[in-house]
Amino acid sequence: MFQTVALSGSRGERQLFSDVSVTVKPGTLLAVVGENGSGKTSFLRMLCGLLSPDCGAILWQGKDIRQLKELYSAQLTYVGHLNGIKDELTPVENLKVAACLAGDESSSTIVQKALEAVGLGRPVHRLPTRVLSQGQKRRVTLARLWLSTRPLWLLDEPFASLDAAATSYLTQHLQSHLSHGGMVVVATHQEIDLPPDCIQHLRLTR
Amino acid sequence: MSQPSLSEALRGVVRRDLLLAMRHRSDVAMSVFFVVIVASLFPLGVGPEPAVLRMIASGVLWVTALLACLLSLGRLFTADYLDGVLEQTLLIPQPLAVLVIGKVFAHWVISGLPVVLLSPLLGLQFGLGGESLGVLTLSLLLGTPTLSMIGSIGAALTLGLRGSGLLIALLVLPLFIPVLIFGAGAVSNSLAGIGSEANLSLLGACFLLSLAFAPWATAVALRIALE
Repeated sequence: MFQTVALSGSRGERQLFSDVSVTVKPGTLLAVVGENGSGKTSFLRMLCGLLSPDCGAILWQGKDIRQLKELYSAQLTYVGHLNGIKDELTPVENLKVAACLAGDESSSTIVQKALEAVGLGRPVHRLPTRVLSQGQKRRVTLARLWLSTRPLWLLDEPFASLDAAATSYLTQHLQSHLSHGGMVVVATHQEIDLPPDCIQHLRLTR
Repeated sequence: MSQPSLSEALRGVVRRDLLLAMRHRSDVAMSVFFVVIVASLFPLGVGPEPAVLRMIASGVLWVTALLACLLSLGRLFTADYLDGVLEQTLLIPQPLAVLVIGKVFAHWVISGLPVVLLSPLLGLQFGLGGESLGVLTLSLLLGTPTLSMIGSIGAALTLGLRGSGLLIALLVLPLFIPVLIFGAGAVSNSLAGIGSEANLSLLGACFLLSLAFAPWATAVALRIALE
């Protein structure tokens, strides 16, 4: 179980959100919504532990993540606003490194299967990521979710620049993660096509 | 749940950086050519007097190596910072300081090692011979990793700032001074016929000291830069 307790965050002088308390149970998705600049990205980075909250705490299985440190990082997969892939490397090389650094299996077959699952065919696998379109780069990034075996996924605008087909692949994959008892936090502007009983919404307002 | 072992994570970081350097061979070539050209400018400016050249050799070659390291420091974290790879690196469930050592090692292999390998040739150009050539190479081999280590602190502190290139130089060059003194001193001593062991030992001590403190300081600076 994943919880935030009376979390407040600010950037510089500006208060973004205050007193946010939510609980994400296994098998549920938390959709963080709010207008541009309402602090969705900061909220997600705070949940990763990249940003420290002004006050309040984030609890993983009842323990503060600031005490868990690396034990907590080993529980989460974060897909940020930035893709976190290298333009000079091919999609296969990028995913292999990412999987290796996450401690997941990183054989070529598994990586290629993940890329095909997000709809990137063989011809694309050997091209430098630099020449791919925005949407294709985003797919390469999201393919990490097909390799991940971690319970908590934190996704920042995962649907941005994806087409309808890729959006449906991702939604199906999120659903299968949830049905295996996973937890997902998504910052998004879009409606997610999942059964309403496994989604809860958090609206960030100043 | 999955977690990479420490050696796996370290190897992953180093392998990615070396792979990227292979794709950007011009970057590696650039720092080598920089050293060759700068070292060649001095004989042209000072004149071809062998005694003078031999006297300035150690200082010139060491300052050149130091500047080459400084030039490549900007690349250490900037690309990773801009494309989000650094963010992901911070989330690797292993101590960040150790991963920093991996990054610095890769940086040294790309920018420091070529200079070390080239130094005997450059030493010859300045009329160094026999033992002092060996001391020059050895002092650079001990000193350039220290430069990369110290430099990583500056690179991390100036990450994401405007005009960071100049700021790194201001922050890091004063810290390079001891390494420069011991390194150049080792070569001069061997030329003068006094043993160079003392200076080399001090260089080794500098390296160990930087290995103990720099990765930790860099890791803290990186966390602050990404806040």
